[in-house]
Amino acid sequence: MSSTIKLWDFSGGIHPAENKERSTSRPIQPAGIPGQLVLPLQQHIGAPAKPTVAIGDAVLKGQKIADVSHGMGVPVHAPTSGVIESIGDYPVPHPSGMADRCIVLKPDGKDEWCERYSISDYRSLERDEALAIIHSAGVSGMGGAGFPTDIKLRPPRDRKVDTLILNGAECEPYITADDMTMRERAHDVVAGLKVMAWILRPERCVIGIEDNKPEAAAALRQATQGTQIELAVIPTKYPSGGEKQLIQILTGMEVPSGGIPADIGVMCQNVGTAVAVAKAIFEGSPLISRVVTVTGEAVRNPGNFEVLLGTPLNYLLDQAGLQQDRVSRLILGGPMMGYTLTTTAVPVIKTTNCIIAAVAAELPAPPPEQACIRCGQCAEVCPMELLPQQLFWHAKATEFEKAEHLNLFDCIECGACSYVCPSSIPLVQYYRYAKGEIRVQRAEQLKADRARERFEARQQRLEREQQEKELRRKERAKAAAEAQANKKAEAERAAANGEAVDERAAKSALVEQALARKRASTEASNAKVAAPAEPALEKPDIEALEKQFAQAQSKLDTMQAMLEDAKAQQADNVDKLERAVTKNHDRVKRAEEALADARKILATQPESQSSD
Amino acid sequence: MAFVQQSSPHARSARPTSKVMLWVILAALPGLLAQTLFFGWGNIINVVWCIAIALASEAAILKLRNKPILFVLKDNTAAVTGLLLGLSLPQFAPWWVSGVAVISAIVIAKQLYGGLGSNPFNPAMVGYALVLISFPVAMTTNWAEPALLWDKAPSFSDTLSVIASAKQTAIDGWTMATPLDEYKHKIATHTADEVLAHPTFGEGFAKGWEWVNAAFLVGGLVLISLNIITWHIPVAFLSALVVMSLAFGSNEDLYAPLSLHLLAGGTMLGAFFIATDPVSAATSHQGKLIYGAGIGVLIYLIRSWGNYPDAVAFSVLLMNFAVPFIDHYTPPRTYGHHKARRGLPGGGRN
Repeated sequence: MSSTIKLWDFSGGIHPAENKERSTSRPIQPAGIPGQLVLPLQQHIGAPAKPTVAIGDAVLKGQKIADVSHGMGVPVHAPTSGVIESIGDYPVPHPSGMADRCIVLKPDGKDEWCERYSISDYRSLERDEALAIIHSAGVSGMGGAGFPTDIKLRPPRDRKVDTLILNGAECEPYITADDMTMRERAHDVVAGLKVMAWILRPERCVIGIEDNKPEAAAALRQATQGTQIELAVIPTKYPSGGEKQLIQILTGMEVPSGGIPADIGVMCQNVGTAVAVAKAIFEGSPLISRVVTVTGEAVRNPGNFEVLLGTPLNYLLDQAGLQQDRVSRLILGGPMMGYTLTTTAVPVIKTTNCIIAAVAAELPAPPPEQACIRCGQCAEVCPMELLPQQLFWHAKATEFEKAEHLNLFDCIECGACSYVCPSSIPLVQYYRYAKGEIRVQRAEQLKADRARERFEARQQRLEREQQEKELRRKERAKAAAEAQANKKAEAERAAANGEAVDERAAKSALVEQALARKRASTEASNAKVAAPAEPALEKPDIEALEKQFAQAQSKLDTMQAMLEDAKAQQADNVDKLERAVTKNHDRVKRAEEALADARKILATQPESQSSD
Repeated sequence: MAFVQQSSPHARSARPTSKVMLWVILAALPGLLAQTLFFGWGNIINVVWCIAIALASEAAILKLRNKPILFVLKDNTAAVTGLLLGLSLPQFAPWWVSGVAVISAIVIAKQLYGGLGSNPFNPAMVGYALVLISFPVAMTTNWAEPALLWDKAPSFSDTLSVIASAKQTAIDGWTMATPLDEYKHKIATHTADEVLAHPTFGEGFAKGWEWVNAAFLVGGLVLISLNIITWHIPVAFLSALVVMSLAFGSNEDLYAPLSLHLLAGGTMLGAFFIATDPVSAATSHQGKLIYGAGIGVLIYLIRSWGNYPDAVAFSVLLMNFAVPFIDHYTPPRTYGHHKARRGLPGGGRN
């Protein structure tokens, strides 16, 4: 049956030295219980779990010690019975060597299980119940990324999974954890796969396995007998175990750039994950241990170990007989995509599949970087059909826009290009750098965009407020103008009565008075012309003077109005008018004085007249 | 204890640039052997002289540029440039002609552009074209006659002294125009049969030249089998030449026959060793096909209607000009994309 499965090829690829036989000579051995277990709260993609235990609490094997209440994530369980020693920051497996929140468990040596609920017939469950069991067992992808398995098994509603692929390719050199798992636990692998297939109901269920693992393939062939599960033995070529490449090999389809396999109706699950699912359902055991390959020339007894999560690497390396004086580099993961560690004080977590303790000659430091000769070997081996050398030029020149245009973000960092580069250019490092810079730029752009939005919103608000202010100011000005008009009228009246209400009113009163005097003086001078002739002879004509003053007053009003108009229209004759007004000011004053004198005379006249 | 800290991948294949170039040199040896068998010692002397000058001028420039001299010289690329010029220059070319060619190749075409990997033009062909234009007589009259036609073959010291410009007396008896040159100039006034009656032509082939070309073809196939070059450029190059010859050159009384185009002149050396210089060639498979075909077409055009009997240098240089353009429009389709992203970011497509 397996021979009839149609296979496709993926572009590029390489055949690095496998170095797998070194760790497959012995069966999987239990690594035992170390003196201390350090359990990071985040061993998966998503939110870190929150501790549900306190320091000093005694816990049983399999007991939940940290949980995720909401958001993406899975709980963490005690790998053995013991006491919670501390909760704090400890070094975790990460390329940066950073520390993160961990629960430290001191095993009591009893290895006493908590109560477990196994399910013999999962088909009697609701699918959601099965997913809840998988979730609470803390199962996350064990192939590398650590995506919570229950969430992955719930693809978007509009995406039907037609093909479920179990990734047993394990194309990275050195690593044999999946190989040994398939050889020794084929039954569990298939059982877990069946549960996942029951949840997803795909039309096709395929196990992809490289042809360099004949024992594993034979074990699986036996375990899948009588099922509809297909076993596809694929040609060994790195990176056939890359999700996108394996999908291409088994289905001929490509995952759209930026999309997920479910977009084309495919889902990939890892061998170790399938075993964890099987244990969760059939044994009720949470994910508390995993198979880890310990290899490299610096260990005396390379092999695969069943390791409790949280086991410090130095304990595990000692189990394999680490020769401290020989190890030159320590790699977590494989030689193609793994990262170097600075310390052995980090724990094994759910995604730890391999640790390589290499001697200097085994994985030597690369020779100094030479100039790129554009030989194109990198493009020949790129499984994503990128142009690695152009990406390199652009990354080096920090022309990130051009690098993005050439699909930099489709790079899976498999390392095939760096592997073949005759100039030993660390190409992948350049791509990581470029990706990092672009991400920073994007984050900054986002920040800048938000800042700009905020600024624009503020500007709009300020403008609106300004307009409202302006509107209010205009209203106030209008009200003030009205008030002023009233005041003016009052002031005029006040001026007429010789009293100024306030400074402004006084000023306008002065002007009015001046205007009044203008005509008053004319008439007064006329009067004076007549008057001197008979001042002493006749008593002053009060009535005439009063009439003259009233006339001057009314003329003044007219003149005042003219001046106002002239001012309002910004007319040219304003200066002239104002000069005339000041000039006439004295005249009006004089007319007033004349009137006042006349009144005085009138008051004294009778006596003088009589005396005259 | 301090562990080595390094970015992945940690494993590497062991074929550095120096080895790649060494393979190119080794693959060219059958051709050099054939040249020596059929045309005397000239090519070997040229090759040794050119490589020496190439290494010396590269070292001098590296010294001026404060670059590590041995580290760069060990990449063998300067040696390859010297080798290619030694293989393509006339057997009796005076020492100063080859010297000028090599120095301009290394100093101007390669190092002044920034050294290995930064040169837009094939250095060897820049040097060749420069001396071909500058010293046309020296570059056309110093080709060795096929050894079969020599009354008395020039000894190693004879050859050396001719090249060293010490002895020019006997040279006329040893040299003649290349078969392509001969054909091109005679066909205007003669029929094909008359031209081919000349002793330089054998059974429809150019004597000696066919074996030299065959040897370079073998070397080229070795390079392809070793994955040092891909088949795209040579195949496109030769196919274009064949197609052009079939389409335009069927009348042998006007144009050189296909056999001469393929097996006389620098065709195979050009197709497998010169046009495939990765630095100045197009990158993607599609781009390489266009690039190689362009060279093939240009060679035919220049040989048939141009002023020069052979045209590998000019054709390669002309297509070098087009490489950035070709590269922009021939990126491969990346996995997961419907089509290739051509052109420049944000710019026009197609």
